[in-house]
Amino acid sequence: MSAPKMHIKVTAWRQSGPDAPGAFKDYDVNDVSPDMSFLEMLDTLNERLIENNEEPIAFDHDCREGICGSCGMMINGVPHGPERGTATCQLHMRKFNDNAHITVEPFRAAAFTINKDLSVDRSALDRIVEAGGYITAPTGSAPDANLIPVPKAVSDTAMDAAQCIGCGACVAACPNSAAQLFTSAKLAHLNLLPQGQAERWDRTIDMVETMEMYFGSCTNFRECEAACPKEISVDFIAMLNKDYVKSQLKQRRLAGQVFP
Amino acid sequence: MALNSHIPEGPMADKWTNHKFESALVNPANKRKFKVIVVGTGLAGASAAATLAELGYQVTAISFHDTPRRAHSIAAQGGINAAKNYPNDGDSVHRLFYDTVKGGDFRAREANVHRLAEVSVNIIDQCVAQGVPFAREYGGQLDNRSFGGAQVSRTFYARGQTGQQLLLGAYQALARQVSLGNVELLTRTEMLELVTKDDRAVGVVCRDLITGAVFSLSGHAVVLATGGYGNVYYLSTNAKLSNVTAAWRAHKQGAYFANPCYTQIHPTCIPASDDFQSKLTLMSESLRNDGRIWVPKDSGDSRSPRDIPEADRDYYLERRYPAFGNLVPRDIASRAAKREVDEGRGVGPLKNGVYLDFGAAISRLGKPVIEERYGNLFEIYERIADDNPYDTPMRIYPAVHYTMGGLWVDYNLMSNLEGLYVLGEANFSDHGANRLGASALMQGLADGYFVLPYTIGAYLAPLLGTAPLATDEPVFKAAETKVAENSRRLLSIKGDRTVDDIHRELGKVMWENCGMGRTEASLSKALADIPAIREEFWTNVRVLGDNESLNQSLEKAGRVADFLEFGELLCNDAQQRKESCGGHFREEYQTDEGEALRDDENFAYVAAWEFNGVDTAPTLHKEDLEFKEVHLATRSYK
Repeated sequence: MSAPKMHIKVTAWRQSGPDAPGAFKDYDVNDVSPDMSFLEMLDTLNERLIENNEEPIAFDHDCREGICGSCGMMINGVPHGPERGTATCQLHMRKFNDNAHITVEPFRAAAFTINKDLSVDRSALDRIVEAGGYITAPTGSAPDANLIPVPKAVSDTAMDAAQCIGCGACVAACPNSAAQLFTSAKLAHLNLLPQGQAERWDRTIDMVETMEMYFGSCTNFRECEAACPKEISVDFIAMLNKDYVKSQLKQRRLAGQVFP
Repeated sequence: MALNSHIPEGPMADKWTNHKFESALVNPANKRKFKVIVVGTGLAGASAAATLAELGYQVTAISFHDTPRRAHSIAAQGGINAAKNYPNDGDSVHRLFYDTVKGGDFRAREANVHRLAEVSVNIIDQCVAQGVPFAREYGGQLDNRSFGGAQVSRTFYARGQTGQQLLLGAYQALARQVSLGNVELLTRTEMLELVTKDDRAVGVVCRDLITGAVFSLSGHAVVLATGGYGNVYYLSTNAKLSNVTAAWRAHKQGAYFANPCYTQIHPTCIPASDDFQSKLTLMSESLRNDGRIWVPKDSGDSRSPRDIPEADRDYYLERRYPAFGNLVPRDIASRAAKREVDEGRGVGPLKNGVYLDFGAAISRLGKPVIEERYGNLFEIYERIADDNPYDTPMRIYPAVHYTMGGLWVDYNLMSNLEGLYVLGEANFSDHGANRLGASALMQGLADGYFVLPYTIGAYLAPLLGTAPLATDEPVFKAAETKVAENSRRLLSIKGDRTVDDIHRELGKVMWENCGMGRTEASLSKALADIPAIREEFWTNVRVLGDNESLNQSLEKAGRVADFLEFGELLCNDAQQRKESCGGHFREEYQTDEGEALRDDENFAYVAAWEFNGVDTAPTLHKEDLEFKEVHLATRSYK
């Protein structure tokens, strides 16, 4: 069990608060086991920092199983680092060479203010969901589950989209800081299912327009798909665009009615 | 204070229906006059907050995460049980009830479990209506699979991400209520004190994790849905931030803590690899549907698993439990694995695992079928263990996973403190001494969608016309001072050891002395060691930074401080329970075959503990359990 230990040089973004100036700082981490996860490497660095009376690097994390979406940072300029389809917590040090120099920065986007160091505020993504990323089904009103047959292919595709973990890597990867992949994944999940049809067009307009209040526009760089830890396909963005155009045609709102 | 479980009269199958009818209602126009604080936004909290808001109550939902979609409910892989009987294989509400009581080793409250089984069918309907993409058959109908502890297929699933999809369903329902203005959502906010007046919960004190500001929230009722305490062991499958703080601080205000020694050790986790390990990762129990568990017959066998012929393998679960085989309940599978490893037949570099082998299933069903069923789990495994489970058997070992104990609640899910409700894993009520697979999601959603919304009305109805206590009242100010003082104290110790270092030490003591096997001597040792670690913490911990900004070390220190007190209660509970049942295995009490030996004569009760001070022994209150429907019997899965 004694794989040779690695030495890693970490250049990390340090920023004490949302309005404070930030700067990069260099650290050496010795005794890195290749079996460590990336966050365990940062844990190790933080333990050393505390021992040296330096404040540890703040970063968000929780489940460490790649599903909660809390973690996320730019690792050498790539959201969640070099391994495709992998969240930061599931990236292991064996993917790096000994003596690697790794730069870590927070996800950067105008909508993501920095709380501290590598921790950012991603609540703008919640605003998009609050705008319509749901199916209105008050508790207790549901018919028997098998009364709504869902073709397997439809259910599978909805699930492909629904597995978005809301980490924000798509936004961080995009040169325009667009949130199209996030928004389109939620729209596709709900718009594909029979249960989601009643609100389909309003949902599409409301979510897209809320998205545009916070995030940039999509110009088809497709960096989002490459960065997504769940490898959600940009095909869903095409579906978003199609539904958005259709929703304008099917606009059922009364003329003159004003919506925020 | 006497414990009254408030179980309704009448036949088991009618209790919940009758109780709903007999409970007082709050009329729709009056609901908006009541303010309810919901702490935690996992399955139980989010579903409760959304449903209460739909009904018209004013809800404030608190989460320490940055968004209500992160709670550890999200990591549940396998599925959710419901007595739908869609596969026509003999399931019923009564059978789910029976399986759950039996699976819980006869230490759960029958009436609660029956209600859980009844509402299980509504949960599936509700989730499908919300758009949860459960797995489907080609005809468009819902698919089911089987799970440990049951002989029917009643588990609904969404690939290996069922918890995620259910939580997103509840989160979306909550988001809708937030956008309608019915829920005030406070994220990155941690509840640090329960405020009571005359044994009634009147509010909470929170800390804004970004600014450090301490503030009070007042309400007619407080709902805790704050999860379990598995991280007292440091290494567990729980998320890193999962903690006992909200429950523990409520306990210190008078809420009884029930059955803390019932901890579930999940049989299929990836074995630990080294000291730096920050957590353990679970591999869904659903893998046991197609995977076969074995160890080499010869403890010295160092051949690669694929080179070990059938004749030299011991499929010990199939051998010892022919009827259930690899699908025995979790506690039994865990102890069986421990026995193999303890006797030297463990596999892997540290000899700390057993094989979970898909070779036979792949030959029988083909790789695509296995990939469809478990693809994402195999990927997780390969990422962590650097081994491909399609070719090489997985190595697994039990790890702390779920905690059946929690704050004591009555049938209405109200604690002994009036107005304090506890839901989901944070309460103790439905799983007895052992939880069956795919039942945690069921319970969290049952409590939040279908139980609390009915029972809370009966408490609130008589309070009509009363305003929540003003937050400038002395009880709030005193609690705020206590929270601020606690932070100041942690920051001022300036000792030599990090919070994690001390937490790891506590975890080791807990795992070695109060883990899968417990003895009088090991528990006495733990009870002697824990106060010393606590003393070390309060004199020698180093927490850097300040209170006025995001300070994750300070947050962690507060939570570990609570674990250092709580761990002692857990061991006390384990010591007084001189029997083995479910997740609590006292080595002194076992059958000749090494199975758990219950003592129904003396221990068929809920142990509810009252707090008397940190260094003072707690008081034990007993709620006797009656088994009228499911007759007490030794569990047998042979």
